[in-house]
Order: sequence, then C-alpha cells, then structure tokens
Amino acid sequence: MTSHRSVRFRRDWIHGWLLLLPAMVFLFAFTHIPAITTIINSFYSTPRGRREAKFLGLTNYERLLDDAVFWKVLGNNLWFALGTIPMSVALAIVMALWVNDKMAGRGFLRMAFFTPTVLPLIAVANIWLFFYTPGFGLIDQLTSSLFGWSSVNWLGDPATALNAVIVVTVWKEAGFFMIFYLAALQAIPVTLTEAARIEGASRWTIFWRITFPLMMPTTLFVSINAVINSFRLVDHIFILTDGGPDNASSLLLFYIYETAFRFWETGYGATLTVVLLLLLSLMAIGQFFLFDRRVHYK
Amino acid sequence: MKHTLLKAVATTALTFGTWASAHAVDLQFYFPVAVGGAAAETIQSLTDEYVAANPDVTIDAVYTGSYQDTVAKVITAARGGNPPQLSVILSVDMFTLIDEDLIMPFDDYLPGEEGKAWLDGFYPAFMENSQTGGKTYGIPFQRSTPVLYWNKEAFKDAGLDPETPPATWDEMVEYGQKLVKKDASGNVTRWGVRIPSSGFPYWLFQGLTTENDVILANADGNKTNFDDPKVVEALQYMVDLSGKYGVMAPGIIEWGATPKAFFEGQTAMMWTSTGNLTNVRTNAPFEFGVAMLPANKRRGAPTGGGNFYLLKGATDEQAQAAVDFVKWITAPQQSAKWTMATGYVAPRAETWETDTMKAYAADFPPVLVARDQLEHAVAELSTYQNQRVTSIFNDALAAAITGQKDPEAALKDAQSKADAILAEYR
Amino acid sequence: MTGRPFSLDQTLNTLAAWLLALMWILPLVYAVWTAIHPGAYEARFVLTAPLTADNFIAAWNAAPFARYFLNTFLLVTLILAGQFLLCTLAAYAFARFTFPGRSILFTLVLLQLLVMPDILIVENYKTMRLLDLVDTIPAIALPYIASGFGIFLLRQTFLTIPRELDEAARIEGASVLGILWRVYIPLAKPTYLAYGLVSVSHHWNNFLWPLIVTNSEETRPVTVGLSIFSAIDSGIEWSVINAATLMTTAPLLIAFLLFQRQFVQSFMRAGIK
Repeated sequence: MTSHRSVRFRRDWIHGWLLLLPAMVFLFAFTHIPAITTIINSFYSTPRGRREAKFLGLTNYERLLDDAVFWKVLGNNLWFALGTIPMSVALAIVMALWVNDKMAGRGFLRMAFFTPTVLPLIAVANIWLFFYTPGFGLIDQLTSSLFGWSSVNWLGDPATALNAVIVVTVWKEAGFFMIFYLAALQAIPVTLTEAARIEGASRWTIFWRITFPLMMPTTLFVSINAVINSFRLVDHIFILTDGGPDNASSLLLFYIYETAFRFWETGYGATLTVVLLLLLSLMAIGQFFLFDRRVHYK
Repeated sequence: MKHTLLKAVATTALTFGTWASAHAVDLQFYFPVAVGGAAAETIQSLTDEYVAANPDVTIDAVYTGSYQDTVAKVITAARGGNPPQLSVILSVDMFTLIDEDLIMPFDDYLPGEEGKAWLDGFYPAFMENSQTGGKTYGIPFQRSTPVLYWNKEAFKDAGLDPETPPATWDEMVEYGQKLVKKDASGNVTRWGVRIPSSGFPYWLFQGLTTENDVILANADGNKTNFDDPKVVEALQYMVDLSGKYGVMAPGIIEWGATPKAFFEGQTAMMWTSTGNLTNVRTNAPFEFGVAMLPANKRRGAPTGGGNFYLLKGATDEQAQAAVDFVKWITAPQQSAKWTMATGYVAPRAETWETDTMKAYAADFPPVLVARDQLEHAVAELSTYQNQRVTSIFNDALAAAITGQKDPEAALKDAQSKADAILAEYR
Repeated sequence: MTGRPFSLDQTLNTLAAWLLALMWILPLVYAVWTAIHPGAYEARFVLTAPLTADNFIAAWNAAPFARYFLNTFLLVTLILAGQFLLCTLAAYAFARFTFPGRSILFTLVLLQLLVMPDILIVENYKTMRLLDLVDTIPAIALPYIASGFGIFLLRQTFLTIPRELDEAARIEGASVLGILWRVYIPLAKPTYLAYGLVSVSHHWNNFLWPLIVTNSEETRPVTVGLSIFSAIDSGIEWSVINAATLMTTAPLLIAFLLFQRQFVQSFMRAGIK
C-alpha cells in the first residue's frame, strides 16, 4: 500500500464521517437513543408529583402479561394488519392496471383513487363517521332504500367496529400505493406484453407471468409501507370509535397513547412501546432477509 | 429562568414595600373551551374588562384548546418550572392534580367568615367535586349537567301529551314504547329514547345510578362502588332499554351524532348536556321541551365541566390577585354574561336573581331546568388516577351495552380492577 | 379505445373501475355537498337544497385556520428542507465513501425504516421537554428530519450515477461538496421530487405527534386544529367541519391533481418501482 493511497483513504474516512454526522446526530437523538431509554424506562415506575421513578424490575412486564386489554389490542392489531395489508396492496395493483389501461375516463379514475392520499385521515374520519351512523347515515340510507335492510350500528358493535376502521384505512392507503405501481407499470416495456398478446396469451396469463413478477420490487416496497402503516395509522380511531366499544377497535399505538398521555403512566407506556419495538424489529429482520435475497439493492 | 426572575422580583417587592404596591402583579391564566367559538371570546373580553378596571394586575389569558390539552399543558409547564397561576381544568381532575402535587387550596386566600360565606354561595352539587379533606381546591366555573330533551311533535304523533315528559324510569319505557315507529318492513324509523354511550358513557350512566340512589365513588376519591347491586340494577335498566323494552337503538350510541338524530326525528327523546341548549334551540325543526332526567328511587344527575384551580408556584401576592379575579368573574353580572354566551349553568344562586338572567330565563325557560335539577345533582365520578379508573368503568359499560358481558360480571370485573389501582391511595 | 373490438371483459373492467372510483370519491363528494348546503341537509340529499357559503364563514370565524395553515406550511417546509440537506449528505457518504463503520451505520439507518419516530412518542416528548421545545414547530419537525427512507432512497439513486462523472469533476478541481452539488444532485432530481411528494403528503396529514407536542394556536398544524375544532361537547356539525376540511386541504388537493402526471413520471425515473 503506497502512502498516497493511505492518505486518500484516511481523507475518505473523514469526509464520510463528516457528511454522515448531521444525519446520525438526529437519528440517534430521536430514534436510537429513545428506543434504548424506552427499554430502560420499561423497568421503572411512573414518576408522580414528589415521588421519583423507582426501579421495579419486571413488574411492568408482569402487569403486561396480566393485562387483558393489552392482549386484546395486540390481537386487534394483528387482525388490522391482516385486513389492511393484502387488501390495500391488491386494490392498488388493480387500480394501477385500470388507470394504466386506455380506459374511458382514465383521468377521472386516477383522480378519484388518489384523493384519499391528500385528505388528512383525522378530517375524513368525521365523514366516515357519518357514513357509518345508524339510521340517518349514508350506508343505512342506501341499504334501507335499496334493499330494505334494517339499520346496522357499524361502529357501535364490537363485531363490526374494527372492520369498519379497516375499510377506512384501506380506502386511505390504496390510492397512494397505486402511484408506485403505476410508475412500475409504465416502466415495463410495451413490446413485452404486446408480444405475449400476439402469441395469444390471455390478460390473466400476461399479468401473472409478466407484469406481476416484474413489479416484485414495488410489491416489496409497498408491503413494507403497509406493514409500517398497520402499526402507525391510528388517527381515525380518535374520531371513529375512540378505541371502543370495550377496546374492540383499539390498536397498540392507540393504547400506548392512552396509557402515556391520558392516564399519564409513562412507565407502563414504555413497556408497551417495547413490545411494539420488538414486533417491528422482528419484521425488520424478515424484511432485510427478503431485501437481500429478492432485490439486489447493495 | 423566568421562575428565578419572578422570585427576584418578589423578593425586591418585599424589601421595598412601598414600591410593591405600585408594581403590577402579572398573572397567567389557562382556559379550555368545549362548546365552540363564542366561549373563548367571552373569557377574553371579561379578562380585558377586569384588567382595565384594575391597573395593578395584568392577566395573560391563554386559550389552550380542549380540556385534555389544557391539563397536558399545565402538567408540562409545571414540570418545566413555569406553571400558570390559574387554570380552568375539569373538576374530575382534582385528585390527579393533587397527586401530581400541582395545586393548592383556595382557603388560605379566603380568610374568615367572609370567605366562608362566599364559598357557601355556590350550589353544593358543584362544590362536591371541588373540595376534599376539608379543603377547597376548585371554584366552579364552566359547569353543566345532563337533561332530557323531547320532541313535542313526536309526542303528539304517538298520542302522548306533548307537554308532559316522562318523570320516572317506568314512564320513560312506557312513553318510549308508544314513540317507537316502524316502517312496512318492520325496521325502526323512530326510537323512543337515546342515551349516548360512546367515548365517556359513565357520565350519562351516572344519571341512572344517582336516580337509583347510589354514589359511584367516595368523597376521598379512593374507593369506587361499581359492583353495588344498585349500580348493577341501573346498568340492567340501560341494557334493557335496547333489549327487553326495545325503546333504544342497540349497540354503542355515538355522542356527537345524537343531536342530529334528534333533529332528524330518529329519536323522540335524548339525554345530553345542557351545553347543547343553544344548538338544539337553533337547529331543531320542531317544538321541543327540556326536562329533568326521570326519577327512579329519587331524582338525580351528575354535574360536569370545569373548575378554577390555583397552581403551586404562585407567590402569595399572585395567588391573592388570582383569587380576587376568580371572585370577580364568578360574580352575578359577569357570570350572567358567561351563561348566556355558552349555555353553562351559572354556579351561584345570586346570579339567577339578576335582571339580565331573569329576562333571559323568561325568554327561554328551559335554562331553568338545569338550575332546578342541581338540587338533586351529585359530583361527577372522580377518583385518584381518574382517567384510568373511568376508562375501566367505561369499558365495563360498553361490554354490557354491546352484550359481551352481563352487567353484574362486567361491573364486578371493573370494581376489582379499580380496587387494584386505588389501594395505594387508601 | 379505437380499433379494439367490443369485449365483455373490457366492459366489465370499465364498469368495475368506475364503481370503485365512485366509492373512493364519495367522501369528497359528501364533504362538498355538506359544505355548500345548510346544516339541515347534512343527511338529506335533495337536488333542490339551497346553496350557501355560511359554513365556510362559520368555520373561518370559529377557529384560526389561516394560522393553522401557516403552521402546517412552515412545518412541512422545515421538514423537507432538513430532510433534503441531511439525507443528501448522508446518502452521498454511503454511496461514494469507504470508511470504518459504514455497514453498521447503514444498518442503523435502515432500522429507522421500521422503527420510526411515530412510535417513540413517549421518549421523544421527554426529549422535547428537556430541550425546552414543547409547543414549538421545530419540536414537531425535528424527529423526522433525518429520515432513513430518504437516505436509503438517495443512496440508491447516487449509486446508479457513473463514477466517471465524478472523476471528471474531480480532475477539474471540484471539491467533495462541489461534486455533490454539480454532479449528484442535478442527476437525482426525479428522486427528490418523488421523495418530496411522499414526505409532504405524510407530514401534511400527520396527527398523533403534533397532537402531543403542541398546545397552542401558534404551533398547531391543520390536522390538530381540525380535530380540536370538531371535538366539542355539543353535537357534530358536519357542514361546518367539512367546510373547514375543504378550506384547509384545497391547496394541496389542487396542487396534487394538477401535477399528478409529473409525479408518476418522477416516481418512474426515481426508480421507486
């Protein structure tokens, strides 16, 4: 190794570190360090008034295991993930295929699918609340005048509340994901699909044999987003159900918010956050594995 | 920083006594609003009026959003060493604020017979949520209570006397059954009654428990009676309204959509806050009446809303100035203005004796119903760790209302959870 | 559609697409309906309903939406500027420099793709209190400024840029930052546009963290303002709430509708696909 090269190397080190420094400071300050202090605080009690936080060992975790609400909320969140991820991804693909096609009124279709992306969830939740209202709500008005159905209390019944929340989430997400698929579709050479068509392949075959495999990277990217959103999107719950009835539509992050900022129990809130961190880390490991194998980003 | 500065100012003021009297006292005052725009403007203009008349005081009135935002902001500011001296916060947060060591009693600044007489001027129902352990921590200000609204046209339509609301639980069921209307295919187009149960079902449910002659929590805020047989009975009645009697829609009933359902004729009666009086008066397309909640073993209703609190960290001088301001703003003239602008119940009897209030009540008699009901009203459910305990209770109510659990099991469960939390406060 | 024979398949698809589109746009249609009609028509859909602008006036007078709007605008600008700066520098480091700890640091960056600040609300709130930043616009923005997603995206783009280009610039005497500024940033424009779109739409709509960390009119973004405005003791007034929603989202809605074609193209060129 010549001295010239090693100088170059060392300069590279310094440049690299300096360029990275500002971003890392912020990443550490607001993601990595808080993640670690969350873990530490999960072993302490909540400080109140003159009482300082005291070390509790595993008490918070024992409470977690006994907390029926926690288990319910965890189950809800898994159901929420199962309900939102495949549905919004599938709809996004269908929407993108339609909009990419030379279909009548394509401009309108694209606009219609995309609008939910721009409307804040917290604001449109009020509109959905009206749709779901029994009696004079839109859904009830439609079903009773068209089919003579009796009124359904979508949000006020534990059997339907979470599913009603899922529908709003899918409505919100699908159009956003559609944009990514649209970009992917437009990047697929037309000659490829045309050739298949000439050879007599059906649209169905073309989609499964050519289009879908070529969109694989997009599907991965979109699914990561959908997974994150399934743990992050709780805005509409504040308006629609406030987690009720009896926590039937509460999700993990919403329960963390309630615990830490309504009950002011930051200690237990930290314990709940550790569970969420754990879940996401498991998923991170899974995703990296997929990234490495299927998509060669490195 | 600001805190030490204030201390320095205070010390200087004490040293130079003559100078102190010439120096203005600075106060900061947080207030929430839960009933739309006019309320915030009214508080601001009342504050301005007071400052104009009292040049030795400056008051910085800060509108801090909802009740929840306000308590969060007060806790945050106090932990940061810079709390306001005065704030309006929910009356039910009293124990939480004591637990957080944030508030101090008013008594020290209300000396002698005069102070006691002034405190006695408030309706006792409002003071229940404001005093504990022989000390007064809250001064009632924006307070409300639930009442029954009924649609006179629907009553006529059902062959009932449009001027007579139900006075008892049995009558409410009986009238309700006459008021329920179904279309050709058997779907209900009009329900008899609507008691909202979303978000904070405990509040209206407390109307039922009080009527059934049971109190949900003790005055020390460290013991609940959720599994009392009378509470179970009250919950059973509420469940039966939808089930056995069929006079109320099944499932959780949304609070926010309730007035609209009333306007749309989807329910002939509704239970909701007096805070809705102005809304109903403006928007109901039919004649309506307002009545006290129906009685069972007795008449009864909870109170609700916010109190003034005095925060720790204020100097004696500031605390005294804050108390003087509270005395002024709850005095008859100011209180009347406030009540007329918002629909909140004026908390002192003398306010109702003023000419302005008399004229207002003559023009719109329903406002008197709330006042008259106060005689039967009790404190809103409030304990230590209030949010958590009420949340447990709410979950139990929701579970029973949606048929997940039977009332007794749900309430037993809630009681044991509440006991576990409150044990350390006994 | 020209030249293609009628096919049942195509017709059914068109029909389904339109049906779904109508469902998707229904909330917006309802918002417009209630906003321009009196409150009595919130649940009555008759064509003869009178038109009114009262709801917009009522909403405008009831809450300082102009202020909320300004706050959101400042917030989004601050976040976007911070993200572009920090992510560009970091992505450049990962794409073009070799230094000890690179792969560990990159893994830590990728970790933030999943462990985002949104879930660390409890600890981040404490940090803001420590920094005495609670109830300020920077407090809403800071946790998002270093974005794992942004760094990752820009790194991918920078890696596709041929090294010859930056060798050439180096020979011409350009500094490290000079090369970044003259070679990398111009070639990554579509990525910036695509990332900007994602970031703006995310932070414009963000609710939970601003709800926690703001307490006053001077800092509250539109989302929190709308939630406070609609969460009052009396009943929900859809007409006024929807008028407020339309007022505050109209600029973003119009901008996105006008430029949607460009956005899709930028996504395509950015390689987010």
